[in-house]
Amino acid sequence: MAGPTTKVLFDPLVNNNPITLQILGICSALAVTTTLKGSLLMCLALTAVLVFANGTISMIRHHIPGNIRIIVQMTIIASLVIVTDQFLKAFAAETSKQLSVFVGLIITNCIVLGRAEAFATKNPIGLSMLDGLGNAMGYSLILIIVGTLRELLGSGSLLGYPVLPLSTAGGWFHPIGIMLLPPSAFFIIGLLIWGLRTWKTEQVEKPQYQIHQVHRTEVI
Amino acid sequence: MSRLRRLLDRAQPLFTKGGPYERFNALFEVIDTFFYTPADVTGNAPHVRDGINVKRVMAWVVIAALPCVLMALWNTGYQANTIMAGLGMESASGWRGVVIDGLGIGYDPQSVWASAWHGLLYFLPIYLVTLLVGGLWEVIFAAVRNHEINEDFLVTSMLFTLTLPPSIPLWQVALGISFGVVIAKEVFGGTGKNFLNPALAGRAFIFFAFPAQMSGDNVWTVVDGYSGATPLALAAVGGLEAVVNAGITWSQSFFGQLQGSLGETSTLACLLGAAFLLYSQVASWRIMAGVLAGMIATSLLFNLIGSQTNSMFSLPWHWHLVLGGFAFGMVFMATDPVTAAMTDAGRWIYGLLIGALTIAIRVANPAYPEGIMLAILFANIFAPLIDYFVGRANIKRRMRRNA
Repeated sequence: MAGPTTKVLFDPLVNNNPITLQILGICSALAVTTTLKGSLLMCLALTAVLVFANGTISMIRHHIPGNIRIIVQMTIIASLVIVTDQFLKAFAAETSKQLSVFVGLIITNCIVLGRAEAFATKNPIGLSMLDGLGNAMGYSLILIIVGTLRELLGSGSLLGYPVLPLSTAGGWFHPIGIMLLPPSAFFIIGLLIWGLRTWKTEQVEKPQYQIHQVHRTEVI
Repeated sequence: MSRLRRLLDRAQPLFTKGGPYERFNALFEVIDTFFYTPADVTGNAPHVRDGINVKRVMAWVVIAALPCVLMALWNTGYQANTIMAGLGMESASGWRGVVIDGLGIGYDPQSVWASAWHGLLYFLPIYLVTLLVGGLWEVIFAAVRNHEINEDFLVTSMLFTLTLPPSIPLWQVALGISFGVVIAKEVFGGTGKNFLNPALAGRAFIFFAFPAQMSGDNVWTVVDGYSGATPLALAAVGGLEAVVNAGITWSQSFFGQLQGSLGETSTLACLLGAAFLLYSQVASWRIMAGVLAGMIATSLLFNLIGSQTNSMFSLPWHWHLVLGGFAFGMVFMATDPVTAAMTDAGRWIYGLLIGALTIAIRVANPAYPEGIMLAILFANIFAPLIDYFVGRANIKRRMRRNA
């Protein structure tokens, strides 16, 4: 069976996906996925931050005093985010402008702090970085799916290249305007979670309560 | 009839547990309970003896919507025929022209018969697609989730159809009703557990998905080569004068001889439906009164404030009543028993909220000419909260009284 390394790296893709199972990092998943290009850049930025944050925090994990560890972790994450943000501004100015504050807001992305706190403070550097990479891949997988669907259905293009002929230009495809609005990302992520939990039934949460039995077939 | 009963009884073992078509029990149940009174009786307390059930409530809403349906048939055809006469067109384009020419009905706008036929050819495809696609989802969910198919889909499909413009492409109808049934109702557990009105949620989906066709700025016309602004869009630009200058009178929009969505143009038809719903006590009079009062109060307030730049401020309340989908929303959409507030005081608040918001969106928000749909959906979301606070207030009051 899979060793701990493969488990750490590939579990976050489907079995323990940060977005669809832990419901973390939803804010950026709603905001940046109107175009595939934006989603990809966001994925790269988050991957860089997550891998190096996990690595750095794991490196000094024995030296961080327990009662101020969150502050130390935030400082490291914030520094990495600022470096990433500056890097994007220098080399991908246009898309960086489009992502606006959301690169900076990686600081508040629960996935980053969550992995630092839950994994990197307890595990060696190599494994921590792999964990960061795995979770970043899980996040990226969902972002790319959502970004592809939204750009394709909302503007009929992918990465800016027209794919579906638009009705305004004589084609058959009517762009679905709601796909460019944030609620559509909610719907798509919701449907993804629905599909995933139908496939992997162990991810379904136990009902917390039953109001009352409305119909004879509705027994928990 | 007894032959039908025998046939159903013979088929029943096939659909009960262990039978070959166990999965489709819901379908059998629909057909069985459509023709005959359900055999199930309440097994435990409370034993309320009442002839009313979901089936009857929903059937009566459909009956109440009939005046709107008749208006939809006649008015859609009347508008189309009038414009065609104005433009000097001989025959409608496409398959509708073939059917009308084939039957020899003609396009005389003065003839109720010809207009109703022309309207039927727009109403029927939309309604059939709604029934077919929405019904398919209902059956799939009933089979997989193992619950019954509820009759409220008949209401959802009818009301959804009536809110649509006659010129809408049928694939958009299918998309809208799919969204309404699946996302707004079935994912939450089906009838009685949805917190949004499925018909309106489907309508809202189309509204946001295809803003170019559905915004309500331009009038929905079924005749190619004709375009114009809706009365609400006119009022937003030039106030009441613009509406009157466009040749639209109050009584005309009260009786519904306007272009617009299929069933909502006629305030009179909606009020007839309202009378039936109130007489049969299917809909809550408190909600309707609340919506009306909220609308009147808010529009009077806007009249009082006045505005130099926004001419919508001065539109009097009796015009707000007849323009757009206000009457239809008030009578049929706001009173949905599942998604409205359940307490009596809550119903007043819920209604007032809808009425006030509708006018606020119409007057103060330049992006949307019509606000009743968004106002009702918004109030739907708040209905449980309103009920919660009404309940808390009641508990507090009784505690003070008895302590």
